[in-house]
Amino acid sequence: MNRPRHVWAKLFLLALCCYFLIPVWWVVVASTKNAEGLFSGTGALWFHGFHLFDNLHALFTFNNGEYLRWLGNSALYAFAGGLGCTVVSVLAGYGFAKFSFRGRNIVFALVLGSVMVPLTALVIPTFVMMSKVGLIDTVWAVILPSLLSPFAVYLMRVYAGASIPDELLDAARIDGAGELRTFWKVALPLMRPGVVTVALLSIVATWNNFFLPLTMLSSSKLYPLTVGIGLWEQLASSNNGGGQSLWNLIIVGSLVSIIPLVIAFLTLQKYWQGGLSVGSLK
Amino acid sequence: MAVETPVSAGTAIPAGRVARGGRVRRGTKGWLFILPFLLVFVAFLVAPLVYAGYLSLWTKGLATGTTFAGIDNYTRAFGDPSFRKGLWFVLKFSVVVIPLQIIVALVAALLLDEITGRLAKFSRLMIFLPYAIPVVLGALMWGFLYSPTFGPIEQIASFFDVRAPFLLSQGNVYYGLLNVVTWQWSGYYMIIIYAALKGIDTSIYEAARIDGAGARQIALRVKVPMVGSALALILVFSLIGTLQFFSEPQILRPIANGSITPDFTPNIYAYELAFNYAQFNYASAISFALGFVVFVAVAIFMFITRKRGSLFT
Repeated sequence: MNRPRHVWAKLFLLALCCYFLIPVWWVVVASTKNAEGLFSGTGALWFHGFHLFDNLHALFTFNNGEYLRWLGNSALYAFAGGLGCTVVSVLAGYGFAKFSFRGRNIVFALVLGSVMVPLTALVIPTFVMMSKVGLIDTVWAVILPSLLSPFAVYLMRVYAGASIPDELLDAARIDGAGELRTFWKVALPLMRPGVVTVALLSIVATWNNFFLPLTMLSSSKLYPLTVGIGLWEQLASSNNGGGQSLWNLIIVGSLVSIIPLVIAFLTLQKYWQGGLSVGSLK
Repeated sequence: MAVETPVSAGTAIPAGRVARGGRVRRGTKGWLFILPFLLVFVAFLVAPLVYAGYLSLWTKGLATGTTFAGIDNYTRAFGDPSFRKGLWFVLKFSVVVIPLQIIVALVAALLLDEITGRLAKFSRLMIFLPYAIPVVLGALMWGFLYSPTFGPIEQIASFFDVRAPFLLSQGNVYYGLLNVVTWQWSGYYMIIIYAALKGIDTSIYEAARIDGAGARQIALRVKVPMVGSALALILVFSLIGTLQFFSEPQILRPIANGSITPDFTPNIYAYELAFNYAQFNYASAISFALGFVVFVAVAIFMFITRKRGSLFT
């Protein structure tokens, strides 16, 4: 009896898959074309010659290999900013969930309220402040503001509250373990799925960030991929950066830069799929 | 799920030593754990916010220097046709894009909750895939697909001998962006709803089935209400995100042939004012005014849903 309904459901799912895959498929196909195939090839969604390796070579050598530099910068910002954000947020979430201290509730209410502050509204004043202390156009201007994520603190508080029994902490304390040792040996292992989720979310957020580095950085050697490719796109469409051939680089560059995160998500799916439920189950 | 764990409910503490001295000692230790975050919070949220507020109260003229302006910048902002145009656009955009994303995400999550097997597993990853792609690149890819020179839309249309609509033209850019944003975020929202669905105790479905509910009724009457708080979370996130719309239109600007103007959204306008015209005071006022609109919009939403067990209670 259920058969026909599920057939429709499956067809619908397949259609959804196609929709979500089309842009990626297009980038994969277009990355294998040369400029001639790209502009005058027969079909945009099918192959026309195979020039992937030429394109990759051109990508990594163009302008003294600035693409590789941007890739490295993106990785640096994502790891320093994302991991830093994770450390800060996990500590704070644990502190809010497992300690009672004066002012805890009011501070937490402030943090929660700040989830609603649009972060881009802070970019311009942060720029002015950073320029006063001379940090503009340095890696710190991108990394330091990335450490802030009130939502990650909220997630970790919920997660710590739900996954660490107080009795266990008390037992560790009675056994004479200091607070840091208790955190490291008892609490942290219990929070692991939550920590991985928060780490992934904040690494993705930093890797994807565009507005912040766009405003903070002016020398192109510090650009992350997002801003760098945006720069190429501007050059290509105003046609003074090599015109047609630059489009090829933008396309193959896009392909290369989506690969790391796609792999990260595929390999870590066990963690984030479990961890994401925490924020919403409440 | 109970979140508030009463920390001081020290039933498991047997020794008076820990129970008595422990409270105070742990009190200061708690501050130490949140201290790193608090430093970041003050430096990169409170301080910029206060500073933006301060900046917005001054005005800088070439001849007059910096003078106190009071709320002049704000009256100017809300009367500024550029700001109003951008604000109107993002509001108009939110009203359609948010329900659209939530419906796509909800339908996909409900189907994936119902169907098991390889196809379901595969679809779940594929629908989520765009989240792992930077917004900038997602927008760029769609820009290519829309492109009359190398996109497929034009080719398919010419096959049928019609002229394809350019989805970034003046009249169509709204729909072009609608598609980009829906593509980019629906999968992420789908995963949040899906995770919430997986957390529901399945014996409830059993009970509903015994009461004679069909699969569709279970989905609409049992599952949807039970993921209500996940939906509220998503709604708040997409509202905040859409009102500060920046990256997608900014990236598509060079290839949109002028239909994405420097005042297309309030955030683009503020960016232009600050970095192309060096009007930091007025730009701060614009940012602040936008932040205020976001805050009010979210607060209104929270107020409306407050009775149904809203997000932050």
